[in-house]
Amino acid sequence: MALTDLFRRKKPEDPDAETGASDAPVHPTKALARFLASLSAHEQPILIDLGPVVGSNVTFFGEQLGCKIFVEDVTKDIDRHVKEGRVAELPAFFSQRFPQADGTVDGILCWDVFDYMDKKGAEALAQQLTRILKPEGALLAFFSTSAPQEGVKPAYTRHVVVDQTNLQHRPYPAARGKQRPLLNRDIQRMFEPLRITEQFLLKTNMREVLFRKPAAA
Amino acid sequence: MWKRDESVKPTSQPATTPPTPAVAPSQQQASGPVPQPESRRIERDMVNIGKSVIIKGELAGSEDLTIEGHVEGKIELKDHVLTIGPNGKIKAQVFAKSVIVLGEVNGNVSATEKVDIRDGGSVDGDIISPRVAIAEGAHFRGSVDMQRKGGGQPQQQSSGPQKAPQAAQQQPAAQAQPQPQPAGR
Repeated sequence: MALTDLFRRKKPEDPDAETGASDAPVHPTKALARFLASLSAHEQPILIDLGPVVGSNVTFFGEQLGCKIFVEDVTKDIDRHVKEGRVAELPAFFSQRFPQADGTVDGILCWDVFDYMDKKGAEALAQQLTRILKPEGALLAFFSTSAPQEGVKPAYTRHVVVDQTNLQHRPYPAARGKQRPLLNRDIQRMFEPLRITEQFLLKTNMREVLFRKPAAA
Repeated sequence: MWKRDESVKPTSQPATTPPTPAVAPSQQQASGPVPQPESRRIERDMVNIGKSVIIKGELAGSEDLTIEGHVEGKIELKDHVLTIGPNGKIKAQVFAKSVIVLGEVNGNVSATEKVDIRDGGSVDGDIISPRVAIAEGAHFRGSVDMQRKGGGQPQQQSSGPQKAPQAAQQQPAAQAQPQPQPAGR
């Protein structure tokens, strides 16, 4: 057997090992298309992505919206605090995390980052996001509706946009797993004065919520 | 003297590239019996800054450039490709036609065609380019500004090199200031 054959056999395994399986399951999304539609009227919108950097997502949103995207990976912040044993400091950290001026961001992609926080941390983050969001701006967040499973390796999900109606969920290691799911009324209170304009409960036990900041807020 | 030979090597640096005669591309074309394909001529125009080289100041050029060393300040290759090699460390504002990052960049990157951050590459700063590719396994912190097709060309930022995360975070605030009544619309 030639040496090149060995390399050829090995190669397809490599990309998945570090970055989450590229053949990871694809799940439908209903809120993403609405999120994009709500921002399409904005001239060169400013978008913040709270998930990890996904190159294809940057390209997708850039092409769809002609926007300026800020990648602010909050999962890295959570991991750092967990590893340093400073989880209790997360609320204080989040209240200083975003120096953007009030009402300057058109859209925020939270993905499922709130699932990995306790209530106080989530409230602090939500307050800051509400502050920086422009009137008529949109915020998309996913919330788990089921309790976290015991004995499962903690993992974040990298949401890779396949198209407007499909997301690939690629898991990657996390310092700690999902926390207790937030109640609906807690979510509503956390994001006040934002209004929930769309809400979808998916078969995957995920609730997709699209918020909008009222013009008068 | 010995250092110059080691650090700045001409086009023969890449292993795949054949040795380059020390003549201008135009001369090569005129004297050669068979016209060279465009891609081969581009390869021959590549200049490599070796990993032992440290440049502080402004770097401008009119040919493709690969940097394996350290550069601080400003890099301007308006109509050419800039490649930051795996050993390259850049703390500068970068302007080029196309930028490929395999090493580290700390500063804003502006390209008229494409910015490509490859696996293992790292950018801390704002990117302005109509096309951006970020490989999985690449590090990026900052903002990406992609113009829609038919939109304006990326403009040079007037300010000096900025600390990337700060620049990324301050940008929306700066953009919001000229709008007098955002809520009234």
